Amino acid sequence: MADTHSHSHSDHGHADGEFSHPMPVWMLLAVFFALLGLTFLTVFQAQFDLGSLEIVFSLIIASIKAGLVIAFFMHLVWDKPLNAIAIFSSLIFVALFLGFTLMDAQQYNERLIMDPKNEILENSTPKARLIKASE
Amino acid sequence: MSAVTTPITAPTTTHDGATEHHYLNHSSGFLSWALTLDHKRIGMMYLAGILFAFFLGGVFALAIRIHLWNPNQDPDAAWLTNATYNRVFTLHGAIMVFLFIIPSIPAALGNFLLPIMLGTKDVAFPRLNLGSFYLWITGLIFFAYTLFSTQIDTGWTFYTPYSIEAKSAVEAATLGVFILGFSSIFTGLNFIVTINTMRPPGMSWFKMPLFLWALYATSIIQVLATPVLGITVLLLALERTFGIGIFDPSLNGDPVTFQHFFWFYSHPAVYIMILPAMGIISELMSVHSHKGIFGYRMIAYSSIAIALFGFLVWGHHMFTSGMADVTTIVFSALTFTVSIPSAIKVFNWLGTMYQGTVALNTPMIYALAFIFLFTIGGLTGLFLGALATDMHLHDTYFVVAHFHYVMMGGTLVAFLGGLFHWWPKMTGKMFNDPMGIVSAAIVFVGFNLTFLPQFVLGTRGMPRRYASYVPEFQSLHQLSTVGACILGFGLLVAGLVLLHSLFYGKKAPMNPWGGATLEWECSSPPPHDNFSHPPAVGDPYDFANVEYDGKTGGYYKKKK
Amino acid sequence: MGRCAFQDPISENMTEVAAHTDGHDHGHHDHPSWLAHHFDDAEQQFDSGKLGMWLFLVTEILFFSGMFCAYVLYRNRNPEVFEFCSAFLNEKLGAINTGVLLFSSLTMAWAVRASQLKQHKLLVGMLGATLGCAAIFLGVKSVEYTHKWSLGLLPGRMYVAQMENGYHSDVDYLTPLCIAPAVLTVLFALYYVYSLVIASKFHQRVAGPLLVAGLCFFGGIYLGQFIEGGEHHGDSHGAHADAGHGEHASHDEEHAKEAGSETPAPAEASAASSDTGVALVSTSSGPLHDVAVDPKEAAIPNAEVNNQGMAGLFFSIYYCMTGVHAVHIIGGMLVISWLIVKAAREEFHSKYYGPVDNVGLYWHLVDFIWIYLFPLLYLIT
Repeated sequence: MADTHSHSHSDHGHADGEFSHPMPVWMLLAVFFALLGLTFLTVFQAQFDLGSLEIVFSLIIASIKAGLVIAFFMHLVWDKPLNAIAIFSSLIFVALFLGFTLMDAQQYNERLIMDPKNEILENSTPKARLIKASE
Repeated sequence: MSAVTTPITAPTTTHDGATEHHYLNHSSGFLSWALTLDHKRIGMMYLAGILFAFFLGGVFALAIRIHLWNPNQDPDAAWLTNATYNRVFTLHGAIMVFLFIIPSIPAALGNFLLPIMLGTKDVAFPRLNLGSFYLWITGLIFFAYTLFSTQIDTGWTFYTPYSIEAKSAVEAATLGVFILGFSSIFTGLNFIVTINTMRPPGMSWFKMPLFLWALYATSIIQVLATPVLGITVLLLALERTFGIGIFDPSLNGDPVTFQHFFWFYSHPAVYIMILPAMGIISELMSVHSHKGIFGYRMIAYSSIAIALFGFLVWGHHMFTSGMADVTTIVFSALTFTVSIPSAIKVFNWLGTMYQGTVALNTPMIYALAFIFLFTIGGLTGLFLGALATDMHLHDTYFVVAHFHYVMMGGTLVAFLGGLFHWWPKMTGKMFNDPMGIVSAAIVFVGFNLTFLPQFVLGTRGMPRRYASYVPEFQSLHQLSTVGACILGFGLLVAGLVLLHSLFYGKKAPMNPWGGATLEWECSSPPPHDNFSHPPAVGDPYDFANVEYDGKTGGYYKKKK
Repeated sequence: MGRCAFQDPISENMTEVAAHTDGHDHGHHDHPSWLAHHFDDAEQQFDSGKLGMWLFLVTEILFFSGMFCAYVLYRNRNPEVFEFCSAFLNEKLGAINTGVLLFSSLTMAWAVRASQLKQHKLLVGMLGATLGCAAIFLGVKSVEYTHKWSLGLLPGRMYVAQMENGYHSDVDYLTPLCIAPAVLTVLFALYYVYSLVIASKFHQRVAGPLLVAGLCFFGGIYLGQFIEGGEHHGDSHGAHADAGHGEHASHDEEHAKEAGSETPAPAEASAASSDTGVALVSTSSGPLHDVAVDPKEAAIPNAEVNNQGMAGLFFSIYYCMTGVHAVHIIGGMLVISWLIVKAAREEFHSKYYGPVDNVGLYWHLVDFIWIYLFPLLYLIT
């Protein structure tokens, strides 16, 4: 078990074979109230018009909240590094997926003409037609 | 440890001929199999299941080929109607991909071998393992439903918008795919956890057999890519049920998005199919050349590299789908990166054989066939990855031939090689080696006869999925059909050789080929718990101490 | 045991190297009942389970990523549609649900602590609180969903809001939704009474939290209706009063705040969209321009985006994301109930708390997803 059982959290001073590390209550409460505060902040900032920055702000706040949940409630801070690698690699692959798809869609957006006008007038079920502008 | 077991308490351990205690006779009765948590039994059940699915898909394949014997310019005179033909090729593709190739090596051979090669008693989550088998069965039932109701005719890719409008059982098929996806995810998850946390003392990462590296890389893809397929087919099913419009152009949705979603899974899925096959070949090359693998670390790293690069290239399936120009160029360029780790593996296999003592028995013949066929398949992939040539070759028989060379010439042939290689271990019976070689030869000839003409057809402009063609193509199509029949016959011979061994085969020795990995240190077939003590882990490719023992007809490891 | 090598010359090789000779003989006799036979020790079992759960969470994130991808794609393509449609979502209810989920995350994390410290009663309590919060969340969500259905704010093809003279369905969607929870609550109540009758501590500990959770669902419904109703209170008639105007009334309310604070942003968005060549249908002659009947709504220059295809797409994404999330909540409730049974049996201790920890991880991920869903869906301005 030499390499599979390395006690990555041995700095917490547990006896051998002891691998649980209960979180102190004050820490749980502190994280909860921080999360609550950030929720109020994000609702509050939604009242103001920040233009295109608005989505950036709300995503930053959401990411801080998500980070708090992952780090403390999910105790990733004390966890084996492999679990952190797993979760962060998943975010990288999500970014890859979204990035490529969005990059592509943004490019061919210009070739899309959404003109459901005629169909609406005819049968009131809107249709969009894909017309390649280049053709 | 199944719930209903009748343990045989006194294993009679004698020498030749007498009964001995192993996983097959550990307990008996239907429930001892249906509720088993033993990875070996689950692997065997998977094996039976996927071979059934393979047979089903193979029947559809032969139907396609027989239909194409004639140009069918007059649809009324054709053997199959056009609509039936659409259904047949769809079911052939969907069954072969989702029910056979993807689970074939990881779920059947991998399940059986991974814990034994690793030196553990079982996978980390035996219940999940059994659960994923039953998910596979559920998926099979959904496909059986589509088979007996209105068969799907969308092609195995379910491209929108046709799949939204099609009046066939697309919902059942997509739910089947969804369920099979989770079966695949759970297998991969199980393997990753097993390899990470359950290695016995001494089994460091670089003492693992390369088959396990390949399975690990495969599992990474299964865990990361398959959920996207899950949500894609779920959204498609919702699209058909509620008309949500995300992929539906008539509701302002974007059908190209469906292709992005689909290929984000389905391109990496190609590596789910081929990576374990490559792992098998790494084992076979080394064991049957009786020589340590050449470039162990490079093969191991290249498996991981293929798994990761595989996520960057999905767009090359969509060059003609109206993707943006920049994206097509980026994807085309990235596609070529995957060829590098694949080529590393091929060169290392050849390097392994060099100056080795190559034993030309059935598994090795299959492995050699794999190298030949996979190289053709891989190199023709470069034609398709290149943007300019793909514009010409897209959706032609060239593509069909290419992916059959990779999936069938690659994965299936490696699967057969691995099956013959580990058959003595799995069943405890030796097969008839000369007949096995004959089967390999027939498969090889039949395969090339089937698909080489299709490359020519493709470059001449024969589109895929067409039920009829111009008469000029008839001779090539007939060659292909003849080849398909020969291929089917070869597979039949292979199946008969294996079946024959079950009843009349000699008892297999512990180590019939002279392998140095841990599974050869167990009896054939292995005992119920594989290893009662953590086994002695050495270099998996060190053959210096492996010596032939004339008495048992097998090899053993000399003590140092 | 070494029987795998009985008949061959290397059997000694197999047996002599056993570094861990203890605890590997014939499987079980020194394995505690909570340790599966194929694991060597408690920590290996815990690590395996935990890694498995993290990998499962990875698949969950990628599963949701498909819908996030659709969201990003269509928001990027039609930002004004998302702005317009988001105003139909009640951000008060969204915020309350966020708070409820965050609190359930707290109780779940506390439950993990309790299981490690063998605080069995506290553990049951914390799991019960988590279950109750989940039920409140679903109750509020039911009110949100049914309110939208009655306004015709349906996904994709089914979107019927604001056709000719506005749309309002008199169908009562909420009651059918409540049938299953009501039946369950009654069953839980009977179970609780039964546990009192037989005076079984174990059954009381199981039935209590279940009953509370059942009641919490209806608490959530009440809360949702109170707030959703409060929104319309200023009007002369509520949303459900009048088929023709009820829906306008609700839109008044929801748009008033938006219209007041930012008129310029949507205008910019529409300008930008026409620049990129996306030509939205003009409603000046279409049957949909009655959207702008109300002067307050006329202040929203992009009211024309409320044609079926565009707005329906937003609601498709909304229902898919929140619906799949709700399915995860329901799944979480099932496993938490299973944990309550185990906790009531006092099974957990510092070497065996993996199930609580792993369900906790799953529950936090559900919270994690909602943390992103809330601003992305409810708070678009």
